[in-house]
Amino acid sequence: MIKLRDGIVELYKKVATSIPNDVEDALKSASARETGPLAKESLEIILKNVSLARTTDRPLCQDTGFPVFFVKAPRGLSHQLIRKVIQDATRLATQKIPLRPNAVDPITEKNTGDNVGVSFPMVYIDETEEQNLTVDLMLKGGGSENLGQMYKLPTMLTIGTKEVVAERDFEGIRKCVLDAVFRAQGKGCPPYTIGIAIGGAKDQVTALSKRQLMRRLYDTHPDAAIAELELRILEDINTLGIGALGFGGKTTALGVKIGAAGRHPASYFVDVSFACWADRRGKLIW
Amino acid sequence: MGLKVGEMVLLSGQVVTGRDRVHRFLVHERPDKKDLPFTLEGGVIYHCGPLITKRDDKYVLIAAGPTTSMRMDMYEPEVIAAYGIKGIIGKGGMGPRTLLALKENGAVYFNAISGAAVYLADRTRVVTGWKVEEFGIPEAMWVLEVEDFPAIVTMDAHGNSLHKDIESASLEELKKLVS
Repeated sequence: MIKLRDGIVELYKKVATSIPNDVEDALKSASARETGPLAKESLEIILKNVSLARTTDRPLCQDTGFPVFFVKAPRGLSHQLIRKVIQDATRLATQKIPLRPNAVDPITEKNTGDNVGVSFPMVYIDETEEQNLTVDLMLKGGGSENLGQMYKLPTMLTIGTKEVVAERDFEGIRKCVLDAVFRAQGKGCPPYTIGIAIGGAKDQVTALSKRQLMRRLYDTHPDAAIAELELRILEDINTLGIGALGFGGKTTALGVKIGAAGRHPASYFVDVSFACWADRRGKLIW
Repeated sequence: MGLKVGEMVLLSGQVVTGRDRVHRFLVHERPDKKDLPFTLEGGVIYHCGPLITKRDDKYVLIAAGPTTSMRMDMYEPEVIAAYGIKGIIGKGGMGPRTLLALKENGAVYFNAISGAAVYLADRTRVVTGWKVEEFGIPEAMWVLEVEDFPAIVTMDAHGNSLHKDIESASLEELKKLVS
C-alpha cells in the first residue's frame, strides 16, 4: 500500500501543478480569438502562469483546493483501506508539494494543518469489474465551489426587474443555468467549466453535477438531445460576455456537461456546479 | 486618487493580507491601530490566502493569487473607514456599499490577475505573519512586500466600477436569451 500511497502523492502533485491538456488547448483557443483587451491579457498571463508552474513544479494556484477522489475499486479491495491510504497520501502531499492546508473544522474553526478533516478529502468509491484500481482526483477551488446553485422546477427566476418562468423541460434547465452564470459573474475565475445535474434527490444532484466536471471538454454525451443541450447552453453562456476573469470577453465558459438521474414525480432539481479556468483533474491507474 | 477604472498598474510596496476571518475579527474586535504589529493606515489590504509553507523555520511563499472579494463585502466599508485603508486588492469586485466607501475615503479597488498565482509569487516576499496559529495559514494576516505586482483598477474613488458595467451589459444579454 506504500506504493499506492506514493502514487497518490504523485497524482496530487500532477493535478496541483498542471492543468489537463484539453483545458489548456481550450484556453489557448480562447486567447487566440479574444478581442476584449483585459480578457485577452488575462488569458495570456494565465497561460504564462501555467507554463511557469509546470516548469518550476509549483502549484499553479494558491488555493490547492478541496480534494475530491472518485475511485473505482476492483472487487475484493477494502474500501476502508483505500480511504486510509488516501488520508496518508494527503498529509504527505500537503507537506511535500506543498498544498495549502484547507481543512477547517467548522465547530472549532481550527485549520487541521494537513488537509485531513471530517469528510475531508471527499472520497467516492465504486466497485468495478476491471482488474485495475482507478483513482480520479479533482482539486476543487473554493471560489468556484461557492458559485454553485440549485433550482427546483418549476420556478420563477428574477431577471433584472422581470419574473421569468422556468418549467420542467430543457428550456427551464437552460434558463436556470444562465441565471446561475449571470449571478456568478467573474467571482470564480472564468472561463468556467459548468457541470449540471437534473434529477430528484437533493444530495444526488449536487454530487452528480460535480462529477460532470471530471469529463473531458471534447467528449460527447451519448444522448443526442442532451449533447445538443450542452452545446446550446455553452453558446448562450458565452453570449453573456462576462469573459475571462469577468473583464468582459467572448469566452465565459469552456464546456458544459450534463448528467441526469431518476427523479421522484414531485421533484425536479437542477443543480449547477462551477469549475474555475484551471479545472484541475487527473487520473492514476494502479 | 487619479487612478481610473480599466488602468493596468504595477504595484510596489507593502500589503497586508486579510480575508474572511480577518475581516470578521477587525469588525467585531476592533483592535486599536497601535495594537497591530503593522500599519494599516494609508495601506493596502490584499484579499488573499497565500500558499505559504515553513522550511527550516522560515516562511516560504509558493503562490499568492487573490481570493473572491465579495465574501468580505459586508465588512469592508467599516474596515476601510476605521483603519484608513487606501487600497484593496482582490478578485471579482465588491458591492455598492464598498464602492461608496471607496469614494468617501479616497480609496481604490484593484483586481489582481487571478490566474497568475505563481507569477505573482515571484513578485512577492513574506515579511511576517500575524495570527498564523489562531487563524491558520490561509486566513492569517501576512505582511507581504510586492514589487511590480500587476493589477487592474476596477473600482475607482469616483463611483466607477468595471464589475458593475460588465454586470449591466451581461444582464441585457441574459434578458434576450431568456425571453
